[in-house]
Amino acid sequence: MDINLMFYLIPSLIMFCCGVYGFITRKNMIAILISLELMLNAVDINFVVFNRFLFPGELEGMFFTLFAIAIAAAETALAIAIIINIFRVTKNIDIRDLNKMKF
Amino acid sequence: MDQITSVLILALPLCMFLLLGVFGNKMSHKMAGILGTLGMGVTLILAYSTAFTYFFSGSELFIDAAGNRLQSVVFDHTWLAFTDNLVIKLGFLLDPISAMMLVVITTISFMVHLYSLGYMHGETGFQRYYAFLSLFSFSMLGLVVATNIFQMYIFWELVGASSYLLIGFYYTKPSAVSASKKAFIVTRFADLGFLVGILILSFYTNTFDFVSMTSNPQNVLASTGGAMFMGGSVLTWALVLIFMGGMGKSAMMPLHIWLPDAMEGPTPVSALIHAATMVVAGVFLVARMFPVYLMEVTALEIVTWVGALTALYAAIVACTQVDIKRVLAFSTISQIAFMMVALGVARDTIHEGVGYMASMFHLFTHAMFKALLFLGAGALIHAVHSNDYTSMGGLRKYMPITHITFLIGCLAIAGIPPFAGFFSKDEILVAAFENSPLWGIWMTAVAGLTAFYMFRLYYRIFWWNEPDYEHHGHVPHDAPWTMTLPLIILAAVSCVAGFIPFGELVSWNREAYHIHLNIPVAATSVIVAVCAIALATVMYRKENSLPDKVANSVKGLWTAAYNRFYFDELYLFITHKIIFNLVSRPIAWFDRHIIDGSMDMFATLAHKASGAIKGLQSGNIQSYVLIYLMGALLIGVVTVVCVVIL
Repeated sequence: MDINLMFYLIPSLIMFCCGVYGFITRKNMIAILISLELMLNAVDINFVVFNRFLFPGELEGMFFTLFAIAIAAAETALAIAIIINIFRVTKNIDIRDLNKMKF
Repeated sequence: MDQITSVLILALPLCMFLLLGVFGNKMSHKMAGILGTLGMGVTLILAYSTAFTYFFSGSELFIDAAGNRLQSVVFDHTWLAFTDNLVIKLGFLLDPISAMMLVVITTISFMVHLYSLGYMHGETGFQRYYAFLSLFSFSMLGLVVATNIFQMYIFWELVGASSYLLIGFYYTKPSAVSASKKAFIVTRFADLGFLVGILILSFYTNTFDFVSMTSNPQNVLASTGGAMFMGGSVLTWALVLIFMGGMGKSAMMPLHIWLPDAMEGPTPVSALIHAATMVVAGVFLVARMFPVYLMEVTALEIVTWVGALTALYAAIVACTQVDIKRVLAFSTISQIAFMMVALGVARDTIHEGVGYMASMFHLFTHAMFKALLFLGAGALIHAVHSNDYTSMGGLRKYMPITHITFLIGCLAIAGIPPFAGFFSKDEILVAAFENSPLWGIWMTAVAGLTAFYMFRLYYRIFWWNEPDYEHHGHVPHDAPWTMTLPLIILAAVSCVAGFIPFGELVSWNREAYHIHLNIPVAATSVIVAVCAIALATVMYRKENSLPDKVANSVKGLWTAAYNRFYFDELYLFITHKIIFNLVSRPIAWFDRHIIDGSMDMFATLAHKASGAIKGLQSGNIQSYVLIYLMGALLIGVVTVVCVVIL
């Protein structure tokens, strides 16, 4: 069986949709963060796969993925720090209770 | 006489005002007072030397070969040059009347500065008081030396503003606040006429300059080209409107209502501003423009009528007032009206324009003895703590210096020789008789009333019945030397000022001439004055029921006069009932409902619209994401559909 582009793209799409679903529906901020990571990883897979199958001689997609992983790690650290601080203040990380940012 | 002296005369009081106004609160009371008084003292010396140089140096700048005095502009500065014609200058004009006014203003101002050291002792805002006094002196000096009508207008407003500030000096007292507002509004209303008059006059003559207008009044008349407006020539209208400004400042009927209320200010201020200097600015204005007024006899007749009616009205009212400062205020109105009448009856054709000289002479002597009377009244109020003569009486034993000086003031204003008022009033009566016997008899009668009400006041304060002073806790006594010294000096001046050969110094065409006492006129006026004093003596020397009987026998007139012939009520009726109800309220309604209403409508609409859509911004990030996602999907679907269909 020939392993073609679709074998990678379909799981990546499922991962991305799971991420979107989780981001919209979960109320725990940690879970939302995880959903976010899921979406990012789906995108990373896409980068690598497109690079591998469409432009085999190039490396941009690979390096872009490496950068994205590094930045995602930093961003996660930041988000976790924010969540911890919110928890210290409100003793709660339920997104529904954090609705001050409105009109 | 050089430029520097002339500039210093104005600059010194201005600097004092700035110094005391800015740094006054850092100084002690004594320091501020002494500084202000010293500044005024130096100004006094400069002004005296200037006047002396002008009158007696014989320099060709000031007097020509024929012995006529000249108008000389010793300092001239172009301030604003809008176009070739419209140039506004600031300068220093020396001529007989401005030199005379320099002497009057600095003398009275210095006396008041000195007097206030005692009178205002310990008052809060002492430094502010001295700063305002300096501001006033500066503005008044600038007014009299103005070279052009626009400079005069600027300083005219400045004296109005400083008068407002000083009337409202006790700004915690509601009556003082309303009095200062009243003074400001009434004089502003009059100044509107003044401004329109200035504009009309300068529109036709193309100049603001006094010298060019008064040296060639025929040109002024010719430049209007005989234009008419509503049955009067344009020049008459311009002169009457300018005179309206003078009516406001000089408290001529019907714009006199502010002056009696202005007595809410500190008494030395009343002496300086509302008796001796600022209120004669109107007379000074007419005198300054006099050659132009001579071109339009109608305007002079209006001046005469206004003056004569005011003189009579104020004299009658003064006979009934109880507050001593108000009696003096009405007597001031009446005396200024005398000066106005003197100007109004003066003609170049009769008796060398004696009315003009008489008016200026009376201005000079009146400033001295009226300041004396006001400062005396201040000493009385200081001692008794009341403005009301009913709480005085028999004070001659307790306050001998005040008594003697006040008596001299009363004799001077009543026109008893040899005191100052006799000579100047006599000249006014001569001028009035020369013009028409009607004015002569009218003014003689008013002079008699003057003698009566002044001596009524005198007897009620110093004789009559003595209230129980011991019972009230303290016995009145003479004031400290800073207050009595100005009284003594002014009393001495009031005794001798009449002997100044005024005609040699001041006349309408600046030619020297000798004053002759007109014996019949002088004798008549003295007899009338003596009779009036005798009547006052009979009625008020000892406590008796005669005054009440007299008042009851003419009850209607008495009540009307006591209420100042209901002028204030009339104004209140006109302003509150007519202007407020018929004009102001509809305008306010239009403003509030139509103008503001349309703006409010826009604001309300925007507010409602934003309220309707603000729910979208819920603060719930997940819902934002959902909406974004749905939107993106929708756009995608629409795009795909479009692509498929096309």
